[in-house]
Amino acid sequence: MANNDFDIRYVANLARIALSPDEEAKLGAQLGDILGYVKKLEELDVAGVEPMAHAVPLANVLRADEVRPSIPQEAALANAPKQANGLFIVPKIVE
Amino acid sequence: MEYEAVIGLETHCQLKTKSKMFCGCANEFGAEPNTNVCPVCLGMPGVLPVPNERALQLTALTGYLLNCEVPSFAKFDRKNYFYPDVCKDYQITQYDFPSTTTGHVDFEFGDGLERVRITRAHLEEDVGKNNHFEQHSGVDFNRAGVPLLEIVSEPDLRSADMAYDYLNALKDILIYGGISDCDMEKGMVRCDVNISVRPKGTEELGVKVEIKNMNTFSGVRRAINYEVPRQIETLESGGTLVQETRRWNDVAGITETMRTKEHAHDYRYFPEPDLMPLRPDEAWLAAVRSQVVELPLVRKQRFVIDYGIPAQDADVFVGNVPLGGFFEQAVKGAANPKAIANWVINNLQARLTETGSTVDDLKFEPSAIVELVAIIDAGTISSTGGQEVFAELFEDGGSPAAIVEAKGLAQVSDSGELEQWCREAIDANPGPADDFRNGKENAINFLKGQVMKASRGKANPQVVGETLAKLLKG
Repeated sequence: MANNDFDIRYVANLARIALSPDEEAKLGAQLGDILGYVKKLEELDVAGVEPMAHAVPLANVLRADEVRPSIPQEAALANAPKQANGLFIVPKIVE
Repeated sequence: MEYEAVIGLETHCQLKTKSKMFCGCANEFGAEPNTNVCPVCLGMPGVLPVPNERALQLTALTGYLLNCEVPSFAKFDRKNYFYPDVCKDYQITQYDFPSTTTGHVDFEFGDGLERVRITRAHLEEDVGKNNHFEQHSGVDFNRAGVPLLEIVSEPDLRSADMAYDYLNALKDILIYGGISDCDMEKGMVRCDVNISVRPKGTEELGVKVEIKNMNTFSGVRRAINYEVPRQIETLESGGTLVQETRRWNDVAGITETMRTKEHAHDYRYFPEPDLMPLRPDEAWLAAVRSQVVELPLVRKQRFVIDYGIPAQDADVFVGNVPLGGFFEQAVKGAANPKAIANWVINNLQARLTETGSTVDDLKFEPSAIVELVAIIDAGTISSTGGQEVFAELFEDGGSPAAIVEAKGLAQVSDSGELEQWCREAIDANPGPADDFRNGKENAINFLKGQVMKASRGKANPQVVGETLAKLLKG
């Protein structure tokens, strides 16, 4: 059963995607179906089961505080749409 | 109506690690832009972050220093938002299970002590640094992924000055613990300030305004001193306050609206699937606890109480830990802690500064200062002679007694020799001698100076004074 307990425009705005009214209807229905499907989990009785932070039963996977080589600046900036003076150039940040 | 300010602070500080939080890039300030970066901290697809154990230790250590609980379970979460300095479009932080919770900081404020409760100190990653140009902005990700500790206080602060003193106390603790260098110039400490006002005597919190991204403590103080009256005036003139985020305009000296509640972020926190949870065990926590240091305030109180030295002197030994350590070594079992503190602060510290050296470079033991004070107190040498002994001690080491001997600095208190010098001074200076006899008491100082000169500083000034008076009156 579909779950329509959400606002498709709000969700689209959070993801910064512009949707046409047709897309809103279509994707809204699909998302509702997905949420409805996941909602099935609520039927399970999980009282007494400790919430898990991760599905893999591991903890404390850590690394020692050691410096390892970084990548060259050219490589870091290789995919930048725009760059100057070693910086990623972006539209002017106003906030 | 009288209002009171209710202020809470979120203080971010960069942890003192060699490498970043989730990758091996250097945690280093001032490198060429985008040179301390790798696929992990640039948020490339398919990479796997791995937490830096030292950063976790420093977080737990901070917890202990701030009297926090350090829970046996913690985890990382994703905080989702779009901003150019967050290349993954989320920041890894700790949401509902932080590494430390519920503590407090005690600090000196005005004439007394204040306590600010700490809600939590959680670990997250710093974001990139934005540079603003005429038409564009440029982002440097060297800072992205640097371990960042966010220390959240309860709204226990009541004034700008109190917030300022709390921040300085917190900074001292973090520096003491080796948690962070807290170099403000390098942006290692930044602060968000939550401010509301309410009628004095009421409990209910007013509408909260957050001032983001303060990078100096004096800025925090100025911003609060602007914002509190603004809120009170708004209420008193019948206006309403809106919950909003404001920015401090340092040039204009005012706060300005950044965004209101309607435009508040929805961060959609969820557990970071790339990272396993943290379950610090007792052995790991015990190793962290072994790194706990004495807090600055505790140290100050101990110095004042145990050694009976003035609070200002104790402050010097809190601010300069090695010097305080030297003082403590010297003062154990010594008769005159105040005098020892004076020598260590006024003479030793000054010479160390002049010569750019540290107590580790000293050519003498702390016990030499005790000996020096003892022979001055015993009247063996004058305090001027003491200066000479100290200069020699600092230069070449050795024992104060041996220096006194070698330089012939011992004061002459022997009455025969002193009396001779005194008679000569009186005979050679009948004018001042008569002045004294005629009741001009100060005239004796001139004669005293002549005797000291004749003795080349070796005469015991007190005995000289007594002898002169006796001869002149007799």
